[in-house]
Amino acid sequence: MLHTYNLQPRRPSWGIRAEARKAESTGHAIVIAPPPREVAISLNQSAGRPAVPIVEPGEKVSTGQPVARATAPGSADIHASISGLVVAVEERLVFSAHHSMETAIVIRGDGTDEDFTPHPVANDPMSMTPAEIRQTIAGAGIVGLGGAMFPTAEKLSCGARIHALILNGVECEPYISCDEVLLRYRAARVLRGAQILMRAAGTQRCIVAVETDMPEARVAVHEALETLNDDRIDVSQVTAKYPSGGERQVLELITGRQVPSGGLPQDIGYLCQNVGTAAAVADFFATGRPLISRIVTVTGQGVSRPVNIEARIGTPIAELIAMAGGYRGTPAKLIAGGPMMGIALPDDGIPISKANNCIIAAAPGELMETAAEHQPELPCIRCSECLQACPAGLQPQELLVACRQQDRQALESLGLPDCLECGCCDYVCPSAIPLTARFSLAKIGFRQAQLEERRALHARQRFEAREARLQQQAVQREHELQEQSAGVVSDSQIDAVMARVARDKNADTEKP
Amino acid sequence: MIVMAVMAAAIALLLGMAARRLPGNEQAAVDRINDLLPQIQCGRCDYPGCRPYAAAILAGQADINQCPPGGETTIRAIADLLDRPALSPDLSCGHHDPLATAVIDEEHCIGCARCLQECPVDAILGAQFFTHTVISDECTGCELCIASCPVDCIAMSAVSAGTRAIVAHV
Repeated sequence: MLHTYNLQPRRPSWGIRAEARKAESTGHAIVIAPPPREVAISLNQSAGRPAVPIVEPGEKVSTGQPVARATAPGSADIHASISGLVVAVEERLVFSAHHSMETAIVIRGDGTDEDFTPHPVANDPMSMTPAEIRQTIAGAGIVGLGGAMFPTAEKLSCGARIHALILNGVECEPYISCDEVLLRYRAARVLRGAQILMRAAGTQRCIVAVETDMPEARVAVHEALETLNDDRIDVSQVTAKYPSGGERQVLELITGRQVPSGGLPQDIGYLCQNVGTAAAVADFFATGRPLISRIVTVTGQGVSRPVNIEARIGTPIAELIAMAGGYRGTPAKLIAGGPMMGIALPDDGIPISKANNCIIAAAPGELMETAAEHQPELPCIRCSECLQACPAGLQPQELLVACRQQDRQALESLGLPDCLECGCCDYVCPSAIPLTARFSLAKIGFRQAQLEERRALHARQRFEAREARLQQQAVQREHELQEQSAGVVSDSQIDAVMARVARDKNADTEKP
Repeated sequence: MIVMAVMAAAIALLLGMAARRLPGNEQAAVDRINDLLPQIQCGRCDYPGCRPYAAAILAGQADINQCPPGGETTIRAIADLLDRPALSPDLSCGHHDPLATAVIDEEHCIGCARCLQECPVDAILGAQFFTHTVISDECTGCELCIASCPVDCIAMSAVSAGTRAIVAHV
């Protein structure tokens, strides 16, 4: 089968047009933040279970030293982002989708930023086997920097045949510009990462996806591509329309094929990686420094000088705000992520994680107030605006009915698990129904019910196995008893034995 | 007319026979009720496990409200399946508590192995004269081991990590 890719923009039928508001933060080069005085590194920085700490309070660590190990599939290693003293391994309020307290390793910096010496200096990745590259990437704790934090090495070793690697630089959500500035100023690194990732995934094709509204980034990538002279890599433009940067959405726009419901891009032969992830891979092979920093957009009318900062993981948000010139006035809201899918933060002492792409300090009235905050919710008028906006091809109005009825079967057949919670339906709803919030709650309930079902099935199997064992033991005991009772010696047997004994005696007396 | 009457009679007879449940169908019906039960195997319904209780419900010997771990959700689900009115929980069987797992205080365990026999899902590890421990991922929280302990060293603790991690996040 011949695979073709749309390199020219295609206008999606779904999605919404929102004001980009990126120019504020893309004006300056990336600011490289000095190592902060103290970092709090969350152990829960992957799609899987939290990593297990391997350092203890009082221990001295160097920059890039592993401090926590991955425990299970989906989990990734974590490294010290500064050198200094581990002062605590304790529960902290960290950035996460659930505002939960997580165990974090707190390191107080010694200011030297000394690199972890025994770190293997990576040799030329192009002479390594794909498996070796994947192993090296896993050791660097690299996870998907687009926000899902899925371990990159694990994604690369999916086993499926990959037609092409899609490098996602489509940053569709307003305000966020960390990928755009990365492409503008460090395009060569991204492409170097692309080459390594292609080798690791065993593919000979790579499409770098950029948005139509980032011409500077596109030019930079083209220039870097000319220098690199690698004809396996192409640049594709994607229409700037939210949420065309979603993994499934960008794939659909570029390849014209959809990822099946409940499936992964690998299932149709594509591998999607964020451009930041590719740069992190290239950085690691070039410098030997694992994933200990990332680019964060600090923007909004609530900060004096919106900017993109390369900050160490675990840096408190307040320090990033200070680097962006501090607050301007009193911001109404502090948001981690974009205005559509981001979450409001309770305070600015929270440390950033590998998933933190953007911090918005919004001035009062800057963001469109969510419907639920201002306008009372009105009944659904079945205008089907939401249906047209939904990038996953779902029917939000039908889902809403199923949510209200708590009808799990209907929710499943309507494809609730495919909802990406992008908020487009909320944005277009004239009745101001907080659809996305309902769906995320329903999704949690859904997953919980699934887990509960799995648990019940497991318990039942164990119970049945035990019953079977007990029954077998009972049968065996019965059998043994029967054997014993059958073993009661009969008179004829006694006679036979006595006869033999007598014979033996006779033989003995006859011998000598 | 006559042909149709004969056909109707024949179909009626067939349907009547089908309605008399075959043994296989009965097993399947018990399984379907059993699927709705939480599989804690605590025996608080007065039956020695979830499946026996499901069989008793089908036979009309037990009410559908005798499962405290399942609570109202389970009652509603069974009522829906059997097309019966949902009852309020039978509190004489026990209260619906959030799930917890058993924890053995290993300092005080004397290694009597009595709890091992009580656990319906083999979630306790140990041998006579050796300290026992609960495999918390396997424990259903049935509380059957607690009464069996001669030194009262087993207690229930709220479920935290593992399979119910999501609950904590809600």
